[in-house]
Amino acid sequence: MYEHDLLIIGAGLAGLRAAVEGVRNGLKTAVITKVHPVRSHSNAAQGGINAPLTDRGDEWEGHALDTIKGSDYLADQDAVEIMSREAGDAVLELERMGVIFSRGEDGRLGTRRFGGQKVARTYFVGAITGSAMLHVLYEQALKHGLQVYEEWFVTSLIKEEGAVRGVIALDIKTGELHAIRAKAVLMAAGGAGRVFEPSTNALICTGDGLSLAWRAGAPLMDMEMIQYHPTTLARTGILLSEAARGEGAYLLNSEGDRFMQKYAPDYMELASRDVVSRAEQTEINEGRGIEGNVLLDLRHLGRQFIEDRLGYLQEVAVEFMGIDLTEQPVPVRPGMHYIMGGIKTNADGETEVPGLFAAGECANVSVHGANRLGANSLLDTIVFGRRAAVKSVDYVKTIGESGSNSESYLEAEKKRLQALLDRKPGHRTAVIRNEMAVNMTEGIGVFRDQASMERALAKVHEMRKKYDEGIYVEDKGKVFNTDLVFALELDFMLDCAESVAVGALMRKESRGAHFRTDMQDRDDENWLKHTLSYKSEEGVRTDTLDVTITQWQPVKRVY
Amino acid sequence: MQTNLKVKRFNPGEPGAQPYFQEYSLDVHPDSTILDALIQVREEVDGTLAMRCSCRASICGSCGMRVNGRARLVCKTRVEAVAPNGEQLVIEPMGNQRVVKDLVVSLDTFFDQIKRVDPFLKPDSVPEQGEFIASNESMTNLLISMNCIMCGCCVSDCTVLEVDSNFIGPAALAKAWRFTEDPRDGQRDERLKKLNDEDGGIWDCTRCMQCVEVCPKDVAPMDRIMEMRDAAIKAGNRNTSGYHHTESFYNSVKKNGRLDETRLAIDSAGWTNIPRLLDLAPIGFKALLKGKMPPVMPHKAEDKQKIKDLYEKVEGEQK
Repeated sequence: MYEHDLLIIGAGLAGLRAAVEGVRNGLKTAVITKVHPVRSHSNAAQGGINAPLTDRGDEWEGHALDTIKGSDYLADQDAVEIMSREAGDAVLELERMGVIFSRGEDGRLGTRRFGGQKVARTYFVGAITGSAMLHVLYEQALKHGLQVYEEWFVTSLIKEEGAVRGVIALDIKTGELHAIRAKAVLMAAGGAGRVFEPSTNALICTGDGLSLAWRAGAPLMDMEMIQYHPTTLARTGILLSEAARGEGAYLLNSEGDRFMQKYAPDYMELASRDVVSRAEQTEINEGRGIEGNVLLDLRHLGRQFIEDRLGYLQEVAVEFMGIDLTEQPVPVRPGMHYIMGGIKTNADGETEVPGLFAAGECANVSVHGANRLGANSLLDTIVFGRRAAVKSVDYVKTIGESGSNSESYLEAEKKRLQALLDRKPGHRTAVIRNEMAVNMTEGIGVFRDQASMERALAKVHEMRKKYDEGIYVEDKGKVFNTDLVFALELDFMLDCAESVAVGALMRKESRGAHFRTDMQDRDDENWLKHTLSYKSEEGVRTDTLDVTITQWQPVKRVY
Repeated sequence: MQTNLKVKRFNPGEPGAQPYFQEYSLDVHPDSTILDALIQVREEVDGTLAMRCSCRASICGSCGMRVNGRARLVCKTRVEAVAPNGEQLVIEPMGNQRVVKDLVVSLDTFFDQIKRVDPFLKPDSVPEQGEFIASNESMTNLLISMNCIMCGCCVSDCTVLEVDSNFIGPAALAKAWRFTEDPRDGQRDERLKKLNDEDGGIWDCTRCMQCVEVCPKDVAPMDRIMEMRDAAIKAGNRNTSGYHHTESFYNSVKKNGRLDETRLAIDSAGWTNIPRLLDLAPIGFKALLKGKMPPVMPHKAEDKQKIKDLYEKVEGEQK
């Protein structure tokens, strides 16, 4: 039997930051992750991390307002305030742990500009900021001797008397199922990008954490808020960082015009991501695209500058498109990138289910509302990862030993997985996933309307039925059976897809990333609200919740 | 375009299982990477094929494998670049690591090596507030090693690890360099001394260049190791046969214009290191029998003054 005070699911930035805090606070802490920690998707964050550093003249209120405006006033302002106030310390602490942030002339941290903000307050490591942070947090985990269940896949949560008390997990390397008990479980399992096709997200971003929490009774909030990133590579959909535009790159249409002039004359290419993506899609739809793309032009920045500050972008453009950014503009288009929605938590990471905490992309605090600002996701992970762990310290103290029913959970899961393996030939996981994911992008894209969203939801239901009746796992072996893991992931993805579609249909307005061509205005009177989806016997039960407004009243959003 | 893959399969989980090759022939998009092709196999042809992959953008480090005998990150390798005319691609798991299944290798060895170099910052004192003050150049310099994604390609193809599993290995040593060169770290001398003295440390690299060749992120681990050797010597570490070897090489060429191989062998071992010298004796004897024994009195270059001049020029520049 494995037992811990705090078990963290996921070893990305939120999970590792929480783990360091758990260990520092004397909790018997462990992390469980389906990939090795340094393979986590936090790696893919390129451009930087926002922080208003008040010791050098910036003001937290400025960052808070930019974030709230970026969120199209859907963010809870009390939570944003906490994030903005704690940002500076959080980033500086990472530097002191060893992150090699770029510097200015004076040897202190240097900045670049990012979208939706006029102040340059984004701290960075070339174009590998996420990777550089993740590797340093992993170093800290090694330093603290953190226990990590590497390549273990959580299949369900254990609940006792209404509280989460551990997990059932598959050791992928051996194929054995185990119960791991914990007084508190912190979900830091990342996003659900693979619910869409294409997506910038890694293949591991399958919404496991969202679904596990939802199945355990926690509501998912604002799941319709899907971020389409303005600059993803043509065809492959690989991400090119906002840092390119932050450092001065242009967006051009087929006529060679910097079309953002029309849509956001003040911020131009550095308007909020939802605004830029809609502008690009409009240009493409109106015939001023190039084979479904627009152009990102860095040529005027010069070779030395690009190689020094945007080296990874150059690597990606050369390797995947055969384009040298110093010589040619690169075709890009909006691509699914991030889910603002997630497991509803308060600013201490608590969900509505006792014993279950959440942080990072799988959580919704909510600080991103209807549209996340670039470089706020890394900030979210380290601020709220830490806070959730701190809160769990208090919670763990209140939990005594209890009668264990983990054996019954374990037996039930063994049967469920065996049944999956025993199925007769039917549909491959990839077939169902691709059909679901392509339809999600078509129905719930940059632009959406009632009919398209209804089609998406109907398709999700159809795919759920197809899955339940005919999913087939071809690999019957125990050792490293990825075929089985993919089938289990798809099960989770279908839950997420349903909540996204249900949330989208619930919201009768346009706000941030949720732009309905049939209801183009924001409706603060009726929809200054979060959408909630709960699991119930009859499927998804919906509800709404008022947004917390403190000092910033919603006004028209212009960039 | 048509692609032919020959993939090494092995499932140690099955009793009596032996490695074997399986061939797949498939039609892929002209821009496909080898990873795209393998995913296509897994999704459309054979769901039992095990491999690791995640980001598809050369940043997560999951998909290191051997392609035609050389370690590569397959997400970053386009089919057309290595097999433009549909030539067969032989795909095998990385080397120097235990195979878990098919193309999946155990990462235990790799991360055990990383742990040997105390892979975290050890500052003398940490500022209570704010950041360490450091020049941008000193931080940007560290990017060379920070670009490492721990894919394991260098460890796979390291020729030293092939014969000596105790070698710390190229990835871990590149990681060590990231701390010896970090101006914020307070343990530079201690780290260098440990890497210098340790069995399997910086002097065990044979400079074969394989790690530099295969690294998909231009970390060039061997160059990092050589920089640490220089740094270790400058910090006063002169107790290794590696140092004596370097010194002997240097002096011999300076003096004679050519390498005195006999002396090099003895200098490297150390003139008073009797056990090591006895180890050398059979090698010398065999060389003698085969007529390969270098002369006791070394040959001298005809125009050795030119070489001396070169030495003086370089030494002058270094001062």
